[in-house]
Amino acid sequence: MSRLTIACAVLLLAPLAARAQVTLSGFLQQDSAVDTVTANPDGRHFKWLEERAQLNLDATGGAWRLLAKGDVAYDHLGHQAQSELREGYVGYTADKWDLRVGRQVITWGTGDLVFVNDVFPKDYEALFVGRPLEYLKRGVDAVKLGAYPGFANFELVLSPDFRASRTPDPRRFHLYDPMPAVTNRETIKPGQGDVGLRVYREVAGYDTALYLYRGFQRTPSMRPDSMTAPTKITYFYPQLSVYGASVAGSAGAGVLSLEAAYYDSRQDRSGNDFAVPNSQTRLLAGYQIQPAQNLSLGFQYYAEIMQDYGAYLAALPAGFPVEKRWTHTVTARVTQFFWHQTLRLSTYASYNVSNSDHFVNPELRYSFTDKVWGAIGANVFGGKPWGQFGQLSHDDNVYLQVRYEF
Amino acid sequence: MKHWWFWMIVGLLPLQAFALTGDEVMKQSQAAFLYPGKDFKARVVMKLISKDGQERVRELTMLRKNMGGPGGEQKYFIYFYRPADVRGMAFMIYKYSNRDDDRWMFIPAINMVKRIAAQDKLSSFVGSDFTYEDVSGRDLGDDTHVLEREEKLGNRDCYVVKSTPKGNDANFGYKLTWVDKANFLPLKEEQYDKKGALYKVFTADKVADIQGIPTVIKRTMKNVQTGHRTEVTYLNTGYNLGIEDSLFSERFLRQPPRKWIE
Repeated sequence: MSRLTIACAVLLLAPLAARAQVTLSGFLQQDSAVDTVTANPDGRHFKWLEERAQLNLDATGGAWRLLAKGDVAYDHLGHQAQSELREGYVGYTADKWDLRVGRQVITWGTGDLVFVNDVFPKDYEALFVGRPLEYLKRGVDAVKLGAYPGFANFELVLSPDFRASRTPDPRRFHLYDPMPAVTNRETIKPGQGDVGLRVYREVAGYDTALYLYRGFQRTPSMRPDSMTAPTKITYFYPQLSVYGASVAGSAGAGVLSLEAAYYDSRQDRSGNDFAVPNSQTRLLAGYQIQPAQNLSLGFQYYAEIMQDYGAYLAALPAGFPVEKRWTHTVTARVTQFFWHQTLRLSTYASYNVSNSDHFVNPELRYSFTDKVWGAIGANVFGGKPWGQFGQLSHDDNVYLQVRYEF
Repeated sequence: MKHWWFWMIVGLLPLQAFALTGDEVMKQSQAAFLYPGKDFKARVVMKLISKDGQERVRELTMLRKNMGGPGGEQKYFIYFYRPADVRGMAFMIYKYSNRDDDRWMFIPAINMVKRIAAQDKLSSFVGSDFTYEDVSGRDLGDDTHVLEREEKLGNRDCYVVKSTPKGNDANFGYKLTWVDKANFLPLKEEQYDKKGALYKVFTADKVADIQGIPTVIKRTMKNVQTGHRTEVTYLNTGYNLGIEDSLFSERFLRQPPRKWIE
């Protein structure tokens, strides 16, 4: 397999190498996040402490493009050096179609930290320690085919291997665990890949898109071997299909975006299996305006509606937290620039009206020069002990980043 | 000499027949400054210089295509090279004459195209002393334009036009524009704040002939109240390059074609 990959890569790269235009860039970064409420479950006081270097090679020749973006980092908490290929792909652009093969970041939909049709893997740990935006998404190893016949645009994403979202590390975050006594745990990854299709075009001045996805939930579900006397917990990624749509455009003084999706939980369409998420409808409405110079405001309303609520209630084991059928979440983001846009103050807040789950992230970022910037911010969580953010209420942190870019 | 009144009328005729109103001067100036050619490309280097001389540099490629005549719809594509933290970022603007623009931004960090609100015409363009409105022009109908006088600026004969906003949607109280009589380029503009004090000064520092079209290739906007200024230089300027309509699309916002972005 790897030999084949290399052979393919060489074949693909040969024409590129002939007359390539190469750009090299990258950065050095220090990133720390320190606990403000209590120590981590592993006793440490830092959520994140690392030095990181990134090298980015971007080569183009004719219709070909090669991009390789790799990180090396030293993690002081794990006492280890790490390396990661963030993105690495070969692209080809023709008149009416294009192709991109390799590891790539794909973002769909209109949400701001709310994901309806963005079915691609995230890094929630990065979000919860305030790492820079680019670390919010994980690349997928995929073939992406774009087709532009004129009446609409098509983007087909085929991933031979499923890639999960990164969930917070239980050594660093206080995660809700309904069965803490069971220590024998294993994770089973899907043995197959997934496929997504986005069709988009402009309709009467609005950006419209349809989305289809067939694959798996990106975050795992847990199944104990016995409900009465569990000895082992298996994490697995339930089968999932998503059918969605979005529209965005000017409305009044701002930009309105609407998005909806049906999450078809294929592994448990009846909703009788408590370990598999119920099928779900997700709705999102967003509005952003710029009411004053260098100030922008964004608001979102987001709802999740469980499909088979009766079946869910009937199947839920005693002692497990009961979720509501409808959950309503509102979010707000304020961004203000100062000093010729070298200083940026932004705050993102999310509040779940149904279970009081909340998350607030204020951040101040300053560009010392064109090459050096620093950011200081905080992550504050709260809500019910089993909520997405509520379980992290002991994980509030303050972070500091400094980056030199070249 | 009996018919002195006849000669007086003859003497006045050319003036009355050919003198332009403030509106006409500004209309021709808009066509010469913001609409020349069918399309336009420039590599733009912006130096943001603080009062004490500290410099920051923004470098970008700007592509413009006219979709109609002067004053009509235009499409802009802007791709950033510098500073490093915005490298690869791109903006696309559909500019309309009598409603808010449509604007999109490509964020390479997460490979996302985002539609963004665009009523911030008075916000600074990438932190410079130019506002979005200074870059792509203010709707002529938003101001009343009065020809104040004609005078020389350096060795160029100019019209001096006073423009006063009709509504409360500007960050200046009024502005004076020195428009070159020969080519209708604005050579200087003084913006006065709402209290009447001089606030910002635009100067066209270098005009070059590009494919027969007089083009301001070096310009400065200085905020005289803060001492901060922005110097803009156009490199690799070209007109009528045959920029395709399809460039101004989400597809190419995500992956700008190298033939336009070099």
